[in-house]
Amino acid sequence: MAECHPVGFQWVMEAKARGAVVIHVDPRFTRSSAVSDVHVPIRAGSDIAFLGGLVNYVLQHDKFFRDYVAAYSNGPVILSEDYRDTEDLDGVFSGFDPETRTYDTSTWQYEGIEVQSSPGQRGEESADKSGDAAGDAAGDGAGDGAGDGAGGSHSAGGEDVGETAKGHSYGSGGPALGAGEPTLDKTMEHPRCVLQVLKRHYARYTPEMVEQICGIPQDLFRRVCELITSNSGRERTTSFVYSVGWTQHTVGAQYIRTASILQTLLGNMGRPGGGILALRGHASIQGSTDIPTLFNLLPGYIPMPHANQHPDLATFVEAESAHKGYWAHMKAYLVSLLKAYYGDAATADNDFCFDYLPRLTGSHSTYETVLAQMAGRCKGYFLMGENPAVGSANARLQRLGMANLDWLVVRDFSLIESATWWKDGPEIETGELRTADIATEVFFLPAAAHTEKDGSFTNTQRLLQWHRKAVEPSGDSRSDLWFMYHLGRRIREKLAGSADPMDRPVLDLTWDYPTKGPTGEPDAEAVLAEVNGWNAEGQPLSAYTELKDDGSTTCGCWIYCGCYAGGVNQPDRRKPASEQNWVAAEWGWAWPANRRMLYNRASADPDGKPWSDRKAYLWWDPDSEKWAGHDVADFVPDKAPDYRPPEGATGPEALAGDDPFIMQADGKAWLFSPAGLADGPLPTHYEPQESPIANLLYPQQRNPARELIGPADGNNLFHPSGAEALSEVFPYVATTYRLTEHHTAGGMSRWLPYLSELQPEMFCEVAPELAAERGLEHLGWATIVTARAAIEARVMVTDRIPTLTVGGRPLYQVGLPYHWGPNGYSTGDAANELAHLSLDPNVHIQEVKALTCDIRPGRRPRGPARLQLVRQYRERAGITDETGRDL
Amino acid sequence: MSVDRADRADRADPATASGYSDHPPRMGFFTDTSICIGCKACEVACKEWNHVPSDGLSFTGMSYDNSARLSADTWRHVAFIEQRKPLASQEPGQSGDLRWLMASDVCKHCTHAACLDVCPTGSLFRTEFGTVVVQEDVCNGCGYCIPACPYGVIDQRQGDGRAWKCTLCYDRVSVGMQPACAQACPTESIQFGPLDELRARAERRVEAMHDAGIADARLYGHDPADGVGGDGAFFLLLDEPEVYGLPPDPVVTTRDLPAIWRKVGVAALTIAAAGIASFARAPR
Repeated sequence: MAECHPVGFQWVMEAKARGAVVIHVDPRFTRSSAVSDVHVPIRAGSDIAFLGGLVNYVLQHDKFFRDYVAAYSNGPVILSEDYRDTEDLDGVFSGFDPETRTYDTSTWQYEGIEVQSSPGQRGEESADKSGDAAGDAAGDGAGDGAGDGAGGSHSAGGEDVGETAKGHSYGSGGPALGAGEPTLDKTMEHPRCVLQVLKRHYARYTPEMVEQICGIPQDLFRRVCELITSNSGRERTTSFVYSVGWTQHTVGAQYIRTASILQTLLGNMGRPGGGILALRGHASIQGSTDIPTLFNLLPGYIPMPHANQHPDLATFVEAESAHKGYWAHMKAYLVSLLKAYYGDAATADNDFCFDYLPRLTGSHSTYETVLAQMAGRCKGYFLMGENPAVGSANARLQRLGMANLDWLVVRDFSLIESATWWKDGPEIETGELRTADIATEVFFLPAAAHTEKDGSFTNTQRLLQWHRKAVEPSGDSRSDLWFMYHLGRRIREKLAGSADPMDRPVLDLTWDYPTKGPTGEPDAEAVLAEVNGWNAEGQPLSAYTELKDDGSTTCGCWIYCGCYAGGVNQPDRRKPASEQNWVAAEWGWAWPANRRMLYNRASADPDGKPWSDRKAYLWWDPDSEKWAGHDVADFVPDKAPDYRPPEGATGPEALAGDDPFIMQADGKAWLFSPAGLADGPLPTHYEPQESPIANLLYPQQRNPARELIGPADGNNLFHPSGAEALSEVFPYVATTYRLTEHHTAGGMSRWLPYLSELQPEMFCEVAPELAAERGLEHLGWATIVTARAAIEARVMVTDRIPTLTVGGRPLYQVGLPYHWGPNGYSTGDAANELAHLSLDPNVHIQEVKALTCDIRPGRRPRGPARLQLVRQYRERAGITDETGRDL
Repeated sequence: MSVDRADRADRADPATASGYSDHPPRMGFFTDTSICIGCKACEVACKEWNHVPSDGLSFTGMSYDNSARLSADTWRHVAFIEQRKPLASQEPGQSGDLRWLMASDVCKHCTHAACLDVCPTGSLFRTEFGTVVVQEDVCNGCGYCIPACPYGVIDQRQGDGRAWKCTLCYDRVSVGMQPACAQACPTESIQFGPLDELRARAERRVEAMHDAGIADARLYGHDPADGVGGDGAFFLLLDEPEVYGLPPDPVVTTRDLPAIWRKVGVAALTIAAAGIASFARAPR
């Protein structure tokens, strides 16, 4: 965090000054480790074993917060007799179909709940793969993003997760449950209740096993267990902070799930000082998922309609909304969005122009898009503040895709590699591509920086903060808002008068933003007002509870409704901390409804009293018959703790007064996920797609449901792993990361002398033992090789990359900052050349945080010899299109 | 107050000693290296504000330190020191055996500043805040100040010839702002303020760290009795000064000049006298 989020890290340092103990878990010793109390070195890709070990410790030593778990989690719920655990089935769960590599979730259901139908849609029709990951990959590719579907999005039920890979798109709520009431055992002793299932599932994740798998010494691991458990409970809370080190794995979503289980057991959710905090890759990544740059979501995590499944508005609403909780009002959110898009053209008679919305026909994530480019199906591409030729995993594939386009528009500050690959990219050097043969027409348009425009940032706390232009952009540089508005305006001018129905969705758009100044810059605040929305009288709305499904309200993003309440730019508020309480509700504005902490009902006990005075945050005030506290209640404001839903209730009324997790179908925190995940109801340790280690816990080596991008004409090949023959050709674990001095793929830093001089060129970090084994010299050069590419880097020999003992043998890791490419002041080979595309099946993020490689002294070969070296390695390791693709 | 004590107090307050009668309190930096996270925002903010040129691209291999040292083109410099020593932990005895020290170095703005003493042009001067500043439009590039600095801070810029160093953002401080580096520091490792307050705060901080079992913590440059009369920019360190590239016992290089000149004078007189005597004794 100190390394990549130094400004936010000031609050960790403040906490430390107030006595907080800071534990840093990382394969390398970073700037965070340097100021932490404990550094825990870990083998990249083994975190579920580590976190599962913590879960096991908590359960074995009875350290969980029993009252909290019994009341607020699904720990007491009894599972169906049909459920089989990985302990029973050698590392897979019941319901797995090895042919399709997907799970049928019907055996994961609760006893007493009707099993959801499993429609088994397959093939192209239902290949509704999606990617929050894609959006982030779009932002900065392999470096960041990921897991940024954290808000998740919504889709009906868990029935088709496996087939359609819609697991992550569960919106503001979790997946639906079937009809009926689950059978409970409040003592949590029943052998089939979730808590006991959990206990058995993690029973073998012992300190000894953690040491064997992760390389963490047992006494150090036990110390971490003690620190975390002694700092959790009624009086104290512990928080977890993660970034892409957890997400960019074939089991990334399950990493976060393991932390969720641990934090729920310890009673650290919905309480001050608790939680699981996702740090985003760069400013406003949260905003770019809320109002998404993702192919599969509409603003506010409303799913993008599917071509075959959603013929009209009624079908869509029926399929995608929920029966309980706030997601039951999804139609009001969607209709208000359509009114914001299409204004007067949207009427009840025409389904509010629902048919104007684009439809999914399959996965259109960033990696599928690249394959479509290579296949000639995708012909045009906008890159806006994105440098995939450096920042995306398997960067070569990105360039090969772009080389097959008709046109490419790059908007950035400088001539980044994604704008110049056609004349000086690696494939030009090796002779694989010739500039004269590339037909792609490339347009470069200079972009304005955030200091040169008005707008808002949404940070990971869902906090919107307005910023104002400090200086005019120079030359032809323009804001993204300017570009999109004027592009739309010109297209609409060209289409004006067209009678072609195909042009109506563009012509009917409300596209009337006021502009100002000599460049015609649109007024960003007018966009904020549109996002907030208006009522039938044209007055700004103040809360999403005011939204209607009859077309009388407009709202560009329902979760942002209220950000312009009273016609006031709420994100622009800057009341000093000294003039308000510590929650600081008048600094900026947080969605939803200016709540600063989600699920804060859990900070009080079932009766509505704070669990402890020290951790009081929200409580039921019996006098006023309302929830009171330091923050806006994340609960119906006057729903009493003893409220019980009447028979047949729907929407928020269907949840009880002691169901704090209001976006879940049952209001409970899920220790066990009966639906919603593509790769299992409980997190399980699998080895990464590429690993030098055999899975010590199960015969199943890798996540059986992981998503593999095709061999792509030999451009996306995998290494043998673990016990497989010739895995020793790639004996080392490689992991990519960022440095404080540079920003993602370098577009904002490698062209700046002041930043470039601080980290002037690409380097790799290796332990002294590995340097000795391979003859690497400090300050010398090394060549790092995978089946995808060979790159070179200067060598930094350092104790900060510790040599671990894993499975009784020394394990060496190669640290690779991924900022560099051939352009700019500060240059070097891109680490992402080495990476492959195997993805988490829930969010479709690439596994760049743990892969295997070889490293050798000296610079890489030039020209065609570079390809020859990679080919030799493939032959030595016996790699074919099929390697690493078995279950 | 006796004349003697008043004289000593004047010497301890450099602005007064320099002839300012009515001046603001002495301002300075307290750099608490124990909470530095090595982000180098201070280096960049300094260069941005003061238009200090880039120092060139050089991969040094000295941990994450590629700016290497304070120089004419680097007025804040963050040192990175990798050690086989335990972390400075709040949980004594519970950390690994690796320690990574980071420390942002800067001009010390000495109470007795040799650079100032030797400057023949008056380019270097003492401000009303007690800081030491080079005037770029007066400096003639003679370079006397460079060997005079006991810390090796001030430096001549190549191709320019003039001497450059931290001004403690004289322009910003003059209008009530804090220096760029302190403003940019996210963890308040660099603290700016009246020197008296900073010294008191630093004493409390060291005590608290000692109480927490971090015995290595010590102050550097805070003591008015040291060889430079105390620094206007002082530090909390976690190891010996040498580890950070700082001299353990800096002495103002002009300290002995009066004595030297006195001795030189005596020697010259002696030689002259001897010469005269030799003539006087010369046989006719």
